[in-house]
Amino acid sequence: MGSQGITNILVAGIGGQGVMTAAEILAESALSLGMDVKKTEVAGMAQRGGVVTSHVRFGPKVHSPAITSGEADVLVAFEPAEALRWINYLKGSGVAMVNTYRQSPPVVSSGLFQYPEDPIADIQGAREVHAFDAGHIAIKLGDRRLINTIMLGAISEQLPFDTEVLEQSVLKRFAHKSDQLVELNRIAFAAGREAAQGN
Amino acid sequence: MNARSPVDTDKRLFVSGNEAVSLAARDARVKVAAAYPGTPSTEILEYVSRYPDIYSEWSINEKVSLEVAIGASLAGSRALCAMKHVGLNVASDALMTQTLIGAVGGLVIVVADDVGLSSSQNEQDSRFWGRFAHLPVLEPSDTQEAYDFTRAAFDLSEQYQVPVLVRVTTRICHVKGTLVTQDAVTAQPQAGFVKDPSRLVMVPGNAKGRIPLMHARDEALTEAAEASELNRVEAGERSDLGFVVSGVAYQHVKEAYPDAPVLKLGFSYPVPVEKIRAFSQQVERLILVEEVEPLLEKELKAEGIALEGKSVLPKQGELTPDVLKRSLEGGTSAAEEVKSAAQPELIAAAQEVFPRPPTMCVACPHLGVYYTLSKVKNTYISGDIGCYTLGAGHPWNALDTCISMGASMGVALGLDKGRQPEDANKKVVAVIGDSTFLHMGMQGLLDLTYNKGNATILLLDNRAVGMTGGQNAPSSGINLQGEQTAQVNFPQLVEALGVKKERIHKVDPYELPTLFKTLRDETKIDDVSVIITNQPCVLTERYKAMQPLKVEADDCTGCGNCLDVGCPAILVSRRETVIKPNGKEKELAFADIDTSACTGCNLCVNTCAPDAIVPADSLVANGYEALQSQNIDNLVVEVK
Repeated sequence: MGSQGITNILVAGIGGQGVMTAAEILAESALSLGMDVKKTEVAGMAQRGGVVTSHVRFGPKVHSPAITSGEADVLVAFEPAEALRWINYLKGSGVAMVNTYRQSPPVVSSGLFQYPEDPIADIQGAREVHAFDAGHIAIKLGDRRLINTIMLGAISEQLPFDTEVLEQSVLKRFAHKSDQLVELNRIAFAAGREAAQGN
Repeated sequence: MNARSPVDTDKRLFVSGNEAVSLAARDARVKVAAAYPGTPSTEILEYVSRYPDIYSEWSINEKVSLEVAIGASLAGSRALCAMKHVGLNVASDALMTQTLIGAVGGLVIVVADDVGLSSSQNEQDSRFWGRFAHLPVLEPSDTQEAYDFTRAAFDLSEQYQVPVLVRVTTRICHVKGTLVTQDAVTAQPQAGFVKDPSRLVMVPGNAKGRIPLMHARDEALTEAAEASELNRVEAGERSDLGFVVSGVAYQHVKEAYPDAPVLKLGFSYPVPVEKIRAFSQQVERLILVEEVEPLLEKELKAEGIALEGKSVLPKQGELTPDVLKRSLEGGTSAAEEVKSAAQPELIAAAQEVFPRPPTMCVACPHLGVYYTLSKVKNTYISGDIGCYTLGAGHPWNALDTCISMGASMGVALGLDKGRQPEDANKKVVAVIGDSTFLHMGMQGLLDLTYNKGNATILLLDNRAVGMTGGQNAPSSGINLQGEQTAQVNFPQLVEALGVKKERIHKVDPYELPTLFKTLRDETKIDDVSVIITNQPCVLTERYKAMQPLKVEADDCTGCGNCLDVGCPAILVSRRETVIKPNGKEKELAFADIDTSACTGCNLCVNTCAPDAIVPADSLVANGYEALQSQNIDNLVVEVK
């Protein structure tokens, strides 16, 4: 936790990966424990494949909705190059949870820019980094949209509240849809949690 | 309805500023709400549309939305309209005269400034409109205040018979925070529309008589601002430093300087000068924190109040805690120190990460248009506001201007009439989407035909307001509530605006040869042509995904043609440099398709000479089906 008892979580990824939903679920968990919460995102054109970040801040009283660079307790990166891009938001003692599944934009495909050779290696020395292929797990489970549940499972041990609180917040979202979706997300959450421990 | 009870956390809602405004509209018993979609204000009306007691609509533009709200107010009902900052430029014609009439039923205009330009063509400060139009301005700082102030705005509007501006910003609209709502106001019988030509018919003789009343209202509102609880002093331990601040910047100040006294302005215009003067005497150094323009700063300095503002703070963008610290303390902020104390090579690596500019969606029908435009030489392409503005970017580079809603039409005419001799052979093309055309493009097209212009218009009809998330418009034939309604007929409309019937073509933008030929033929003709594309936005239910595609690696020759489509699902698997028979080097890029993202629009197939792009096998096993066939264990094993 940071100053004045505030926890800062930065969720970063690309439009369409479920960054905002993941942030929403983190916020709901903190709310369910009676905390003050603010969540902000730079969206707008984000659903067009642009970078999406969502700031989640919770604690006794939250003023500014934006996390200051160098103050994030946890960085949840849905893509490895995004982990590198946002690493400076993470405080020295912070933890980065990174999906290693790469997504190259057209500017890289067409050769205008290079994808960093090994973004995980770049950040590994500097901060505590857990990295695993959540994209691969999601595809194995049959739905790319599961990446966010997997990533939430992965960071569930890094938060100032019980893993079960977060898991319940995830599953609650699907309760009114179908039992199968609840079950699928339970599996995805557990898979993420397990994968993070192994890395 | 929840009563205010800050202790009872169970009663808290967790909503965005936009949703808070909509809840305030509900609880203030608004009868009519209108808007045109625009980031960051779009969601206000989407939320309002959930309340059946409120008539709500997508208007064709912001001016019409304000006029609808004005009519409702004159009918005796509470009315709200919402818009992004540039929307109020469009609506201002109505605003500048309505201020003389005032409000009957509460009339509130929520205007959302995109501070930091997350999705806008400029950054402007809507507080100016309060000064220009003699209207009070309220500035919430968070979700709770977005609700409280919108409700207060209706009361203020009726008390002083004045339209009220509620100025919000992106960091209020799109931030979620906690909210406790209050009981709805009790419904009160209204008198209904009252004929009063001397007030409601603004001809010179009548308007002259209203101007002194407006000035008297200014004075009354100044007294109200001085007395308002929305302008409050928060004590702090420090005496060396204090802040006057409005909007979300208040939250940033509290974060960065929790010990400093603050005069928080919620009712920021008319300016409560005396309250600020009294506060200024309590601190040694007074900083005025206002996002965007030094508006209050100039006004307060003219009143002889000593303070610092834009001499130390940036004149654009958000005034976040680290910006405040860096500006006021000089040198590096705490965060900067963390960075520099860390590894400089890591900072460098982070800064070098490739950009991810917004792209068009996989299978977007605009991809075919821009692929075609990128291959047509010798043109000026005047663009407009919407997803298709992205055509200015890589790999198409096929847009030469973008200014304001509907501008592509008039700009095309100006490029045509103003051309210099060296541009005599250039073809003028304009690109505009369906909802932008209906918003403000129709008049420009009429001007083009009336004045015998020469331009080829690409009217990209995807039946939705794409950039803001696929909202409905008259081109959808579906209203805000999702009901079927009149759908505009574009060929008939443009013909009625003076385009000759034989110059109007409807084409499928996925059929590249037809699109290319039509565009080439029409640009050769010295007249106004309109090419209407007819495929729906892929974000809407109208779009039907087809079997995805893949690349047969053995057949791909590395020509890279398909990459020129700009579809985000097309990737490069490897690159090679070969020496051609003439001795020149050639870069080859072998393509791959992300089959799980592809929806089979077939555009890229058109560009592939060796027919290497073929239908993919069925998608990866669907998770839900796998569960039903009890393969869960297998899946988990594979995961490990």
